Amino acid sequence: MRTEPIISPEGRPIPVARPRHWGRLLAGTGAVLVFGWLVLLLVTNPNLDWSAVGRYLFDGQILAGILVTLEISVLATAIGLVLGVLLAVMRLAHNPVLRRLATLYIWFFRGTPLLVQLIFWYNLAFLFPVLVLRVPFTSVGVKWDTNEVMTGFTAAMLGLGLNLAAYFAETVRAGIQAVDRGQTEAAYALGMTPARRMRVIVLPQALRIIIPPTGNEFISMLKTTSLVYVVAGHDLMTNASQIYKSNNLIMELLIVASLWYMLMTAVATFLQGRLERRFGSDAVRLVRRSVTGRMFLPKVTA
Amino acid sequence: MSVVVAASGVRMGYGDTQVLHGVDFTVRQGEVSCVIGPSGSGKSTFLRCVNGLEPVLGGSLRVLGEEVGYTMGAGRYHPWTPKRFAAFRRNIGMVFQRFNLFAHQTALENVACAPIHVAGRTPAAARELAMRHLEQVGLAAHAHKRPHQLSGGQQQRVAIARALAMEPALMLFDEPTSALDPELVDEVLEVMKALARGGMTMIVVTHEIGFAREVGDTLTFFADGVVVESGRPEAVLAGPRHERTRTFLASVL
Repeated sequence: MRTEPIISPEGRPIPVARPRHWGRLLAGTGAVLVFGWLVLLLVTNPNLDWSAVGRYLFDGQILAGILVTLEISVLATAIGLVLGVLLAVMRLAHNPVLRRLATLYIWFFRGTPLLVQLIFWYNLAFLFPVLVLRVPFTSVGVKWDTNEVMTGFTAAMLGLGLNLAAYFAETVRAGIQAVDRGQTEAAYALGMTPARRMRVIVLPQALRIIIPPTGNEFISMLKTTSLVYVVAGHDLMTNASQIYKSNNLIMELLIVASLWYMLMTAVATFLQGRLERRFGSDAVRLVRRSVTGRMFLPKVTA
Repeated sequence: MSVVVAASGVRMGYGDTQVLHGVDFTVRQGEVSCVIGPSGSGKSTFLRCVNGLEPVLGGSLRVLGEEVGYTMGAGRYHPWTPKRFAAFRRNIGMVFQRFNLFAHQTALENVACAPIHVAGRTPAAARELAMRHLEQVGLAAHAHKRPHQLSGGQQQRVAIARALAMEPALMLFDEPTSALDPELVDEVLEVMKALARGGMTMIVVTHEIGFAREVGDTLTFFADGVVVESGRPEAVLAGPRHERTRTFLASVL
């Protein structure tokens, strides 16, 4: 907007009036009123005991749940990322068996509800009462009771991790395909095998494209872990629900859990922003270098 | 002089489109063989067949004493594995029109990459070797820059150094100056001339007729997937025997 006065033909400075945006003012005021009214309804609700929210916000069980939620999120994301890269490489392999197996995996884990998968892993003992890891045809090995291994925690970690891998594989595949095909040819021309080209040339560049979306996956995972409460994973949501089942302060504890989820999301969003600044410029350059319109970056949601 | 590349009746195509209709072509050791021709004539495709980036469908293509892509055994030819292809390509350097430098590595890392990951040298030895090759193309001062920080001419010189670091017996140039701004062409051609003077066996697909005349030992004209004519550059340029060659030369000179 212009800040200096306009000089008239006679050489006199004439000030410029501020433009008025009546439409904007009206829409803004209306939105604030509606929003404020909704907040007021919640805050002043006589059935809501705000002192209970304050009391439980730093409750030991809640804090322990936050720790478990973070642990599950980090471990499941790690499993998802590693397995996702493996699946993406399999999907792009020349070997038709590997390619179809990866497709089948992705179809299965994207095609069944996450809730079903969590309950499945938790109840694995019905199918395999004991888990045995043994050198074939010998007695050397270890044996576990499935019910001891498959706690809510491990079921959650496995279920969420394997599920994320299926989604993440598509992101990685797009990243791999975004790396300029000419560099692959240059790698071959220098005498690299396909595997070495993938490891030394393609993956390091694909990862720069993939890293920013992983932030989104992690943020999404923080909240998806709340599903773990069906298998009693002792995460934030499970613990909050256990408290409200005993004292019936359902809304208050949901608010407590939500506040913590929002805080974790805010912190993760901040970290993601830094991650993107670190790798983003590289990613943009790599994408711009790619040749064809085949290239796309997958849309991700927080 | 021993024969480095011997092609006879090489055919190649994608699906229904035939790109090479029987190419005959010979390169001897130490020769600089320049290839010209209109776009779509198959000259780049042929070059890519020489190091096995494209599969040959018919005829025979022998490079460095081997039938490209096949090993004779028990009276039959057995197709190469990707690993065998990789071993074959170690001895052949290639320079691309679009440079194709590794975007995540510095100039030095680009040159040191194959010595480390293909030839199995130690990183320290490879970096020293890479530095020597960068000096050769006049880019020692830019060793720690990434490709996007270099001009097209500098990138192409890094690409040449990268190929030379594997000490190849044959160098392939696929229109190395076609993607360059006109004022950057000469710095790349100078590096190639020095390489030619050093006795390197080279196949150069190019539009630089002046380079072909000055440096080339042979000049081959490709059109419609065949070799139309071939000979000493000055002879082909001064007195083309075929009408097709005459019209092409008239349009580029």
